[in-house]
Amino acid sequence: MKVMVPVKRVLDYNVKPRVKADGTGVDLANVKMSMNPFDEIAVEEAIRLKDKGVTEIVVVSIGEQKSQETLRTALAMGADRAILVVSEDRVEPLGVAKLLQAIVAEEKPDLIILGKQAIDDDNNQTGQMLAGLMGVGQATFASKVELTADSVTVTREVDGGSETETLTLPAIITVDLRLNEPRYASLPNIMKAKSKPMAQKTPGDYGVDVTPRVTTLKVVEPAKRSAGVKVADVDELVAKLKAMGVAK
Amino acid sequence: MKTLVWVEHDGATVKDATLAVVTAASQLGEVHLLVAGQGVAGVAAEAAKIAGVGTVHVADDAAYAHALAENVAPLIAGLMATHDAFLAPATTNGKNIAPRVAALLDVMQISDILSVESEDTFTRPIYAGNAIATVQTKDAKKVITVRGTAFAKAATEGGSGTIEAVATTGDAGLSSYVGSEIAKSERPELTSAKIIVSGGRALGSDAQFHAIIDPLADKLGAGVGASRAAVDAGYAPNDYQVGQTGKIVAPEVYVAVGISGAIQHLAGMKDSKVIIAINKDEDAPIFQVADYGLVGDLFKLVPELTEKL
Repeated sequence: MKVMVPVKRVLDYNVKPRVKADGTGVDLANVKMSMNPFDEIAVEEAIRLKDKGVTEIVVVSIGEQKSQETLRTALAMGADRAILVVSEDRVEPLGVAKLLQAIVAEEKPDLIILGKQAIDDDNNQTGQMLAGLMGVGQATFASKVELTADSVTVTREVDGGSETETLTLPAIITVDLRLNEPRYASLPNIMKAKSKPMAQKTPGDYGVDVTPRVTTLKVVEPAKRSAGVKVADVDELVAKLKAMGVAK
Repeated sequence: MKTLVWVEHDGATVKDATLAVVTAASQLGEVHLLVAGQGVAGVAAEAAKIAGVGTVHVADDAAYAHALAENVAPLIAGLMATHDAFLAPATTNGKNIAPRVAALLDVMQISDILSVESEDTFTRPIYAGNAIATVQTKDAKKVITVRGTAFAKAATEGGSGTIEAVATTGDAGLSSYVGSEIAKSERPELTSAKIIVSGGRALGSDAQFHAIIDPLADKLGAGVGASRAAVDAGYAPNDYQVGQTGKIVAPEVYVAVGISGAIQHLAGMKDSKVIIAINKDEDAPIFQVADYGLVGDLFKLVPELTEKL
């Protein structure tokens, strides 16, 4: 069984984003970039499914040339092969989903595992869009995955609790935080990953139009909260709460 | 513009999340609703009373009972022939369904909007709420999810929508519902609570979380939330999580107990009207956003606070 895992290179989650003074976006020059945390969980899950009939894991990234570092990380974790679709221009989720659809048509994976959202654009769309374009089942926000030869049963995190669904394969899963704890790549595996195959493509190779439909007019910092005060003790806090009408 | 709003419900009543979406939709034009489910006549009747609502489309079919995206997305895509925009709340249901609809219509979705600037221009948070983007779509049909805390709730009375049954699209045969575990709680729902008391890793254990947080929440009539660290450590269930990957809340008062204030947590609560932080580390980042901060041992301070309220 073949599994495909799309991964995205994003601003490292520990870095506080700085909005550019000219309002055109967030400053990404000389800041630490990493694999989107949800995508690490997706890669990890694919690797764990290797004991359950998965024979090959193909990782895919769409973005600037440097995204190959992200793919190497996935290969070092245990993926077998990588495809990089180079686009120096931003590709939005609909374009990414269409490119992935074209790659799926060539690769014919049985299961595609994505992160539930990328922590830069916070869209939470790509997996669902790909499922819609392919006309296959989708299980979003997965916290547990059980794979059989022709179906996958997924427990999903939903508002208020959890929900379980069964999908026939091929299918799409998007993963939530609590699905697993991603492994660190060991040094020997990082060395080994350098010789694993990585195909390089462009959107044009797949004949997909990735012209953005949405234009960002400006990006600003959110309104700052005015500085608060430290209260000396519980009595003072109770007095504040009473003044707000929260306590009687 | 004619907008179609996804009505979030539990099979019996309309959920609050729907009301903010109606307000957002009314800023775009005519508001129509979609109630999809099984045995939802009661929900439709309730939905028709929401102020400012036109037609309430009702799709009653076993295939829609659990709002599986594979079954409801084609239904919505079909209805979009006569609507200009589809709006859903940014709940797990809305986030699950809307992008699939967008793909079927070949349009880009706008996620989690904070405001409607014009018919095609919206603001939305990016980078865990550390930046606000103003975006403009070129797509003729709009698919949008709405952040519930960013819009006032429409009144639940005063409307006189007409209820109309729509042709159902049946079961796509791609997925099946197995079961669910929904936590029962007497407390106010997190996303609509006026006051929230949230606990972090510093609580130390499941038992201490309940012993410290619950009495204070009860005293204040508050909902209970948690940081990711507390959820990961098993002190609180997943659906308590407030943050970028959990729930986004904006109550009148948010009390953060033993929460350091990581970027990802702040993303979920920094629009609260008043933030109160109780933490023993006076350099914790939470104090940079807190209106009132109390430095000290939460195991002493919180019971004392509960006692004195």
